[in-house]
Amino acid sequence: MSEAAAPTANVPPEQEPSTDFVVRLGVAQRAGGLAVPILTAVLAFLAGGIVVAATGHNPWTAYHGIWDGAGFNWLFNIPWDTNTIHNDAYNLSQTLLITTTLILTGLAVAFSFRCGLFNIGGQGQYLVGLIVANWIGCSFASWPTLPHVVLGIVAAAVAGAAWAGIAGFLKATTGAHEVISTIMLNWIAIWGGQYLFGQGGPLQNTYNPAAPESGTIAQSAHIPAFWGTSELQGLDYGFFVAIAALVVFWLILNRTTLGYEVRAVGFNAEAAAYGGINVRRKYIQAMAISGAFAGLAGALDMLGYLTQFGVLDIQASQIGFLGIAVALLGRNTAIGTGIAAFLFGGLLFGTTHGLNSNVFDPVLAGNLTSMIQGLVVLFVGADVFILYLWSARRKVRRQRAAEAVPT
Amino acid sequence: MSGEIVLELRGITKRYPGIVADDHVDFDLAAGEVHALLGENGAGKSTLMNILYGLTKPDEGEIVVKGKRVTFSSAKDAIEAGIGMVHQHFMLIPVMTVAENIVLGTEPTREHVLLDEAGAERSVRELSQQFGLAVDPTALVSSITVGQQQRVEILKALYRGAQILILDEPTAVLTPQEAGELFAIIRSLKEDGKSIIFISHKLNEVLEIADRVTVLRRGKRIDTVPGREATEETLARMMVGRDVLLRVDKKPASPGEVALKVEELRAVDDRHLEKVRGVSFTVRRGEIVAIAGVDGNGQTELIEALTGLRRAESGAIEVGGRPVLAPFTAKRMLDAGIGHIPEDRQRRGLVLEFNLAENVALHDYDKAPDSNWGWLFPAQLVRTAARLIREFDVRGGGPLTLARALSGGNQQKVVVAREVARNPVVLIAAQPTRGLDVGAIEYVHRRLVEERDSGHAILLVSLELDEVLSLADRILVMYEGQIVGEHAAGADEQQIGLEMLGGRKADAA
Repeated sequence: MSEAAAPTANVPPEQEPSTDFVVRLGVAQRAGGLAVPILTAVLAFLAGGIVVAATGHNPWTAYHGIWDGAGFNWLFNIPWDTNTIHNDAYNLSQTLLITTTLILTGLAVAFSFRCGLFNIGGQGQYLVGLIVANWIGCSFASWPTLPHVVLGIVAAAVAGAAWAGIAGFLKATTGAHEVISTIMLNWIAIWGGQYLFGQGGPLQNTYNPAAPESGTIAQSAHIPAFWGTSELQGLDYGFFVAIAALVVFWLILNRTTLGYEVRAVGFNAEAAAYGGINVRRKYIQAMAISGAFAGLAGALDMLGYLTQFGVLDIQASQIGFLGIAVALLGRNTAIGTGIAAFLFGGLLFGTTHGLNSNVFDPVLAGNLTSMIQGLVVLFVGADVFILYLWSARRKVRRQRAAEAVPT
Repeated sequence: MSGEIVLELRGITKRYPGIVADDHVDFDLAAGEVHALLGENGAGKSTLMNILYGLTKPDEGEIVVKGKRVTFSSAKDAIEAGIGMVHQHFMLIPVMTVAENIVLGTEPTREHVLLDEAGAERSVRELSQQFGLAVDPTALVSSITVGQQQRVEILKALYRGAQILILDEPTAVLTPQEAGELFAIIRSLKEDGKSIIFISHKLNEVLEIADRVTVLRRGKRIDTVPGREATEETLARMMVGRDVLLRVDKKPASPGEVALKVEELRAVDDRHLEKVRGVSFTVRRGEIVAIAGVDGNGQTELIEALTGLRRAESGAIEVGGRPVLAPFTAKRMLDAGIGHIPEDRQRRGLVLEFNLAENVALHDYDKAPDSNWGWLFPAQLVRTAARLIREFDVRGGGPLTLARALSGGNQQKVVVAREVARNPVVLIAAQPTRGLDVGAIEYVHRRLVEERDSGHAILLVSLELDEVLSLADRILVMYEGQIVGEHAAGADEQQIGLEMLGGRKADAA
């Protein structure tokens, strides 16, 4: 016994717990944490500002213009004037309208991320939800508002779930990578939508055969606005559905066995299988829930303010892809996704319709948004890189220290 | 072994957190010599060779090749210094031909850009004739046998100009006939002046081929002896070290009814090779049955089949007298009453990013009181974990600590706590003390014996013969996917060792 202990006697009996900064940051990076996403956003805005300055504009003026354009200044004009006749109140209501969609497309990416899956198909699932909501909205015109809206929302969510579920099913049964299959499903949704809404398509409008556009939803399918008026694209009750979705997302992940399983698979699929979890089934379920969030986004847009959609709109739509940046910046948590969606909502509206074109050229501003979006994705990827550099630097330092010892 | 010294390792030391893999190891190699490196799993052989091949950097010590001190920062440096390594697991591209695999990285070209296929085949053919390594350069790697693949690996090293060849457990994947051919190849390489480092833990092979033998134990060089003077007994003593036997204090077993009955179980590995070939055995309540064997003889696949982590091809399993219905899924085996301390606690036993409460719930999160109708009760998880942490003396954290933050020994305690607390009919412990320090090893051993004494059936699978001998009430020896021997506690170690190496089979043939 004493002989056995001898070779390891100079080693501390218990391995040092890894309280290493990098390890902790690595965990924070995966499971939440505040510092890294804030730094990411700040860096993205700084880099954006430098580019603005390089083009000979004043970055401060530009950002101030976007800030006002997003209606963020309203929050600081106390007492609050809720009349959307006024610019700042109207801008904020529009920012929140976009936030509604971004929360849901963000959650669509975040949920599958927590299961270790990268859902690039938010755009396709969003479109499928939007198309189904349009179809339901144009039918059942005799129904009262509440059941009609609920049916539209539920059907769109189910459609989105089924669409994403295909990718989950392919992953579970054949191992097909979800990134590839969701991208392909995006294109199927885009071309399918163009056919359905296009000339001669089954869902094309009946009043103008020359216009490749969908029909307009019945009044009964319209989600009422609570801030502003429906005619001026007011903020509708769909906003609260999105807020509720954040709560549901959190509840599923943290308070249900399904969420436990999803997180276990996301962190360590092998340990999950050892725990008795059917990993393949989780892939399908997580993708389906993701798709339901995206489908819901499509329904709220269609029934909330779009009321109809054209082939050109399908080609121009990007909101599902923006969900990726939202989820990445929000670290795949409910609260983070909510905040990131608000930020991107403001950025989107504040650089386009909300922007006073005398202050800053909207064309430049729109590019600035795309750039900041790109930089966020880049920096989110980069903080993994920063972690890597950090640990590599420590390793080199340790090696140098070892080599410095004279032999 | 009259040649000059071509390679010297001086005072190589490599530390990993909590363990010294190599502790001031010296090693040298002469031209035309076969120098065997012998030691148990975890003795530091692989680390030493990875250092020599530039895959790991030593914390201390130096490498001298042909009198010149060198530092390798990658395998490329080692290859340039004339060192070649044949890994235990081959690194070949199955869809390419033998010649393509061999020239990969240093392809002969025509017009600077086109692969000179004919030239490659010609040089491979010349090389294989020179050393008597018969292999068809035009054959696809996927179509040739394992023994031939190994020759391709050796040729690859020779093609890159290796003067020193490291063979890492080369016979582990070979049939006895193939092993015989390999030895012939090694002898011809020797005659050609090449030096060979032969890594193994099979004593008879080492005695057959080695000019000198260096024995490592727990990261230290015990001794270097001429192969001619060594015997299996002397080498075994150096390798294991009699005095290090961890004797476990336990009463004789009093086996009860049959808890686990396995019949004609068959399972394949990821490459669809049959690794469990008709295994039948029983484990009774109140006894520890150990499966001894050399790594890679089907133990891993057997455990995975028993725990549902690998789908069994055929066979029957009874737990607690009741047959388990096929297919044997993980869930079904858990519910039937099988507990499992897995081989790799970090990869499989724990979700490192989960806290201890969530880890403790890994099997039963979906049952009351942890959950109800799909709703999880985190407070209940925390309560259960707090109780188990106290009972099993887990140190370094509470229920909300991430599993990652615990030391290896305490991580293993969490796994043991979870499995034991489920009160399983059969507890399968796979390498339960791997990588643990002495104190934690004792703890795990004591727990297993306590579980036995409280009437549970324990199936222990271990590569450490020490552990098997000191814990088991009954020992089954597994070789090439079959149970080849059964022994009572206190059986002759020599006989078991012989069977582990397929000795009995060889005698019969």
